[in-house]
Amino acid sequence: MKNNSNAPTHLEHHVHIGEVPILSDSASPKIVLVGNPNVGKSVIFNYLSGIYVDVSNYPGTTVEVTKGKYLQYDVYDTPGIYGVSSFNDEERVARDIILEGDVIINIVDGVHMERDLFLTQQLIDMGKRLLVVINFWDEVNKHRIKIDIGKLEHFLGVPVITATAVKKEGLKTLEEKIQQARQGKQNRQLHSKLHIMLTIVGSQSEALLVLEGDEFISKNHGVAPLNERESVYIDRRNRVNYIVNQIIEDDSTRKHIYSLIGRWTVRTITGIPILIGILYLMFLFVGKLVAQDLVGFTETYLGNELWEVWIRSVVTGFIPATSLVAKILVGEFGVLTMSVTYLLFLLFPLVFAFYIALSLLEDSGYLPRLATMVDRSMIFIGLNGRAVIPLILGFGCVSMATITTRLLSTEREKTIATTILQFAIPCSAQLAVITALLVGAGFQALLIYTAVIFSVLVTIGTVLNKTLKGESSPLLIDLPPMRLPRINNVFQKTVVRTFSFMKEAAPWFFLGAGVIGTLEVTGLLKIWQQALAPLTVHWLKLPADASTAFVMGLVRRDFGAAGLYSLHLDPMQVVVALVTITLFVPCVTSMIIMYKERGWKKATLIWIGTWLNAFLIGGLVAHIIGIFKIL
Amino acid sequence: MSAKEMIQKSLRLRLFSLFDAKKGDTVKIVNLPVGLARSQFIRFGIMEGDIVKCLERLPGGTILIQKSRQEIAIGLQLAKNIIVTKH
Repeated sequence: MKNNSNAPTHLEHHVHIGEVPILSDSASPKIVLVGNPNVGKSVIFNYLSGIYVDVSNYPGTTVEVTKGKYLQYDVYDTPGIYGVSSFNDEERVARDIILEGDVIINIVDGVHMERDLFLTQQLIDMGKRLLVVINFWDEVNKHRIKIDIGKLEHFLGVPVITATAVKKEGLKTLEEKIQQARQGKQNRQLHSKLHIMLTIVGSQSEALLVLEGDEFISKNHGVAPLNERESVYIDRRNRVNYIVNQIIEDDSTRKHIYSLIGRWTVRTITGIPILIGILYLMFLFVGKLVAQDLVGFTETYLGNELWEVWIRSVVTGFIPATSLVAKILVGEFGVLTMSVTYLLFLLFPLVFAFYIALSLLEDSGYLPRLATMVDRSMIFIGLNGRAVIPLILGFGCVSMATITTRLLSTEREKTIATTILQFAIPCSAQLAVITALLVGAGFQALLIYTAVIFSVLVTIGTVLNKTLKGESSPLLIDLPPMRLPRINNVFQKTVVRTFSFMKEAAPWFFLGAGVIGTLEVTGLLKIWQQALAPLTVHWLKLPADASTAFVMGLVRRDFGAAGLYSLHLDPMQVVVALVTITLFVPCVTSMIIMYKERGWKKATLIWIGTWLNAFLIGGLVAHIIGIFKIL
Repeated sequence: MSAKEMIQKSLRLRLFSLFDAKKGDTVKIVNLPVGLARSQFIRFGIMEGDIVKCLERLPGGTILIQKSRQEIAIGLQLAKNIIVTKH
């Protein structure tokens, strides 16, 4: 990291913020798209950059950054933010990219100018070359809002254009005007304050952030953050309110059908049926159509019957089938057989479907409303309403859900949500097997199972809430308008996300299969199974074979559950075995993701915790049922 | 200001917390809590002196407010710390 002391003295010198390889690998001028959440940034980004984009995690964070190419420029899409500072990971990432940007395209929602222009004015105060795009112009007209563009340009001092990005209206003009982006007009008082700071810090953008008390930037320059955020914010807000009053005439009072739907989704009476309906549709699509029907075809037919048979015959053509290498490559856990089938024929369709559902929910504006509806019930387990999203997604796939814990605002909340996911939420694949087994064991068994798992979930949340330092952050979210998702955008987002997920997951699958295959051919897998047997037989009161299921459960959760299928268990044993396997360690994928997201210390703690907890609770259930002779 | 004076003043101005606002009430924000939440409110466009409408009161105490076209959900703990008065 460069230090300010040896920086050149000319004023616009840039001090780089930490390690930013994604930004520094190119000398091309940078266009950065900036805006509040849900203002259509990604649509404009896709228009400018075409389909060849590069998604990667921003160094040191779990926030995704998308980079593309437009003419001679590098184009960056940033996470949606309401202001530039360091309130959360998204803001930190956006801030660093904005600081490096040569031209900023600021996209604002024409229906929410009062909120969005705050960020616009802040970007202007940072001294960035700016071009403002007022998006959703069709909605502005529909709502009969009159915006005086000429006056707005005059007040801001930067070019302003209007667009309806999803219909590609106004985007040609946008291309023509990129060259005209320029620095805008600042408040005079702020300007003089900035001048003083500028002599110390060297760049106007960073001078402003120091003035607004950004600790990170201040530390980088070896200066104390100033405590002027509040006064600067209030001045800026007053200026924005003044501008809005001057340029907007809004006399429509007409209620929009979408805003009515939005209200229904947060009210308990209508909100719960809507939630159930949405979950059911998601289950039909992801859980049934894709996870069962499509994957049934791709995994069994394309994977097991075509690919694995073919690759096995190719490999054994070169080396004998009984050799160790052949077993590791194309055996039961083969690197070329099992990993490829899992990756391409199981995970790929599931992930794709999952991302379609998620993108639809995101683009519709439903998720923040769901968070609002359930906010109160989440407080007991140390979370706020936002956490409902990863928890619900967990029933689809725990691994994916662990990734979405990113949207929680504090590390404390992320830890609680991850722990609950890894301990107590069965994924859809496992759920299918569990349901089948429980139906066989009777209604009482179902009741005991559900009660035990639910109590564990609540207990874990409550205990973590009491023991982890700090407090949960109260909910404070802006509800975006409900909108009909655009298929194009949903599809494009899904393709990009699926591709980057597969790229990340693939090496781990090959590695995992290699390790398990090696364990098997060396006989270590057998020893492992035998070591676990006493615990299974005496403590859990299950047949000795059940330990095989637990070993399989290490690899994939549904494997573990499926392993119980062939065991001929009585109802009590079914409940005990299912409770244990549900609470048992998460599958390899979700474990790896947990290590990435939470760091090895926490992840190891959680992982060991699931072992102890699963066998403890499983055994307790076995003994309690035994004593009371319930089943 | 002593506690007694504060109570008298709040009675005179009919101050109450946003948490106690009723659905459909239009209230004026008198005081926002300090800290990051305050900065976030200012970014959203809500400051002391602004008039907002209480759109919904959810069973657990989460409050939904509206200012012009914007809707903001506020958790119980935060709503309790926002002082408002009837408009």
